[in-house]
Amino acid sequence: MSFDLVANVVIAGVLTGLVYGLMALGLSVIFGVVRVVNFAHGEMMTVAMYAATLLFGALHLDPFLSMLPVAALFFVLGYALQAGLINPFITRPEHSQFMLLVAVAIVMVNALLMIFGPDARNVQLDYQLESFEIGKLLIDKARLYAALAAVLAAAGLFLFFRFSLTGKAIRACADNYLGAKVVGLNVKKYYAFTFGLGSACVAVAGCAMALLVDVTPPLGPYYTLLAFVIVIVGGLGSMTGALLGGVLIGVSEALAGLFITPSAKSMFSFGLLILVLLLRPQGLLGRR
Amino acid sequence: MDLQVKNISKSFRGLRAVNNASFEVPAGSINALIGPNGAGKTTIFNLIAGVYAPDGGEILFEGKRIDGLRPDQVCAAGIGRTFQLVKPFAGLTVLDNVIVGALQRERTVAGARGHAGSILRKLGLDAKAHLPASSLTLPDRKRLEVARALATRPRLLLLDEVMAGLRPTECDQMVEVFRDISRAEGLTILLIEHVMRAVMALARHIGVLHHGEVIARGTPEQVVRDPAVLECYLGEETQV
Amino acid sequence: MRKEFVYLGILALLMIALPAFVGPYALSVATLILYFAYTGQAWNVMMGFAGQLSLGHSLYVGVGAYAAGAIFFHYGIGPWAGLWVAMLLCVALGLVIGFLAFRFGISGVYFALLTIAFAEFTRIGFDHLDWLGGPGGMFLKVAQRDTWDVLNFRGPPLMYYYSMLLLTMGAFVLCAWLLRSRAGYYWQAIRENEEAAQALGINTFRWKMAAVALSAAMTSISGVFFAFYYNNLFPHEIFSMNRSIELILGPVIGGIGTLFGPIFGAAVLTLLSDGITEALAALGWEIPGIKQVFYGLVLLAVVMFLPHGIWPFVARLFRITR
Repeated sequence: MSFDLVANVVIAGVLTGLVYGLMALGLSVIFGVVRVVNFAHGEMMTVAMYAATLLFGALHLDPFLSMLPVAALFFVLGYALQAGLINPFITRPEHSQFMLLVAVAIVMVNALLMIFGPDARNVQLDYQLESFEIGKLLIDKARLYAALAAVLAAAGLFLFFRFSLTGKAIRACADNYLGAKVVGLNVKKYYAFTFGLGSACVAVAGCAMALLVDVTPPLGPYYTLLAFVIVIVGGLGSMTGALLGGVLIGVSEALAGLFITPSAKSMFSFGLLILVLLLRPQGLLGRR
Repeated sequence: MDLQVKNISKSFRGLRAVNNASFEVPAGSINALIGPNGAGKTTIFNLIAGVYAPDGGEILFEGKRIDGLRPDQVCAAGIGRTFQLVKPFAGLTVLDNVIVGALQRERTVAGARGHAGSILRKLGLDAKAHLPASSLTLPDRKRLEVARALATRPRLLLLDEVMAGLRPTECDQMVEVFRDISRAEGLTILLIEHVMRAVMALARHIGVLHHGEVIARGTPEQVVRDPAVLECYLGEETQV
Repeated sequence: MRKEFVYLGILALLMIALPAFVGPYALSVATLILYFAYTGQAWNVMMGFAGQLSLGHSLYVGVGAYAAGAIFFHYGIGPWAGLWVAMLLCVALGLVIGFLAFRFGISGVYFALLTIAFAEFTRIGFDHLDWLGGPGGMFLKVAQRDTWDVLNFRGPPLMYYYSMLLLTMGAFVLCAWLLRSRAGYYWQAIRENEEAAQALGINTFRWKMAAVALSAAMTSISGVFFAFYYNNLFPHEIFSMNRSIELILGPVIGGIGTLFGPIFGAAVLTLLSDGITEALAALGWEIPGIKQVFYGLVLLAVVMFLPHGIWPFVARLFRITR
């Protein structure tokens, strides 16, 4: 087991992990503000991946170019989902909202199955086979670009929340629902906006991921669970935590794939989830 | 002495909620804990009831230490409690709510049902026995809360702001109920109250809390005239 | 109360007499309904009674199935012995999960995620256990199916129907009895408000563990049935999240916490979904995934408009109380 091999695997893990992190960031933002557990998150990611492959198939659009339109579309869909389906049921007990999204997830996954069938789809671009060579290290071009896109999107989100008026309003809603209402913020509208933002994150992550893996419908529930593992490990409500958690999971999956068997790599993630839930449920950087 | 609280303290992440508080509640009497909001009264209740363990000090009930016990163990030891924000079992009927309490001391469900029925009669809720608890008005919910705790046959009852939100007539009715039960069964009662009407009518002894410390103890007449008490409620006297 | 007993009696008689009136396909559908009714009822004990949302219940079905199946496959020992091993294993698993969750104060959504993680962990794990057949699955020998071999649980579909009917009726009676007992009161108290329950002297940890153990034990029996009815077990299938969700659809749609909800929900769901698949097939549309989309939409509709399930609504129409 040469050092170079391990190093390459770790780098690949970090890069993929950043894309995971962006996906989880969307979930974290949604949960942190709206307090809704988006059980359909991975399914949304999968839909985004399919969208990217569709646009590639029809228009030969590079997924990086697809990111913008798909993100815009997802923003609208997310907004609509929150406004139409979830907002009216905000006063219902927790497990009721949860079930709502479970139902949405089921419909999404199986609609994908119905429309696209079970066979894998992917995007095929030349640079997917190329890599950068730095000494003995090999860095996949596609992976690097995907990770860059993820970091850019995350940075954009971070700046938005820090400096924009809407961003600050959303943070207010997250901090204190009643207080925000009292000062006149239309909390439900901001919830919808936030869900839209979270969905847009997922869209970008999905387009990026389409470059890295083939997409099949069962990826939906897999990514949902992965997003939860990352968000819980990194800390619910913490943006840097989501990215950090993503990297952690990406690396551990990659290493597990190397040292154990590839098919067992997610076992490690679930084991980690169990441990974190038990020992430090607020995650590494989160606050309850 | 029924309940002895000795030098208990409790901090929450650096905030000292209770600071070296001590007091005693004699058996069979009705005592009150008063003080401004945030003085630490409910925290003391929670310490007695086992929700938290004190950082220091001891709590003795009938001579045995109960600090550090779990809430259900405290109940088994003979202490019942109500909550400031009532917690009814909303999905169950009024009678079923009380049966849950009664099962603490009754071996069979039938026995518990009988005991629960008599408690409901005592508190005037028997007409509503088969209604869902969620349909009750606030005063009735408070009565249900008390009934439930009473069903566990406590020897000490902790009442947390039971009078809040009640109209004066309702308040008087509750006072009567507590007086009767205390007299008839020798039940010791410790209440947290803001409604002075009830406190003056019921309590034989009062403890005043401020910033987690007991600043005064005595009969109602003594406490009302205590300068430290007046200061904490009304502020310092200044010359204009 | 009288009225309900009469209805129940009539229903029971109908179910017992059913095979005389229907063909083999309908009988298999009925068996499936009963399977989901029974398993849903088992899940309901944990959720409806103790208020703990388990989304990884396929874990117990799978472990139960594999336990009894493996014993039969490797040692030729029949399901009656395997049943005990299955129950024991599942109860142990349930207690572990329950202990980890309750001791560490994990509840609500986090608890649900924990159950999912355990199920997924096991799913992938079993894929790598060759002694249990690995991803290729475990296949139990199917002996002749015309005589009733109760000892080895092999026989005609009729035997499976009546076994499942017996199980479902037994579960119903058990749950009805439990609901009126101390356990029922305590569980419901915990479900409604755990803090208040503690203040009334209930050791909530112990009772929650009991609910989990009972639910796991009951579900393991489902697994044993599954193993000997379908005779092939695949980890990715039996432990999948789809299965976990399928299990809970009956109770959620019928009515969590009620006695009749899971049975009613299972019936409605199975009949409707079967009807839809048949109708679509008649139109020439055989699309994979359409049944699940249907499930999802029904679940969505029920959660949105009838959050307490369909059964309480129907019961009110007929003025029944449970």
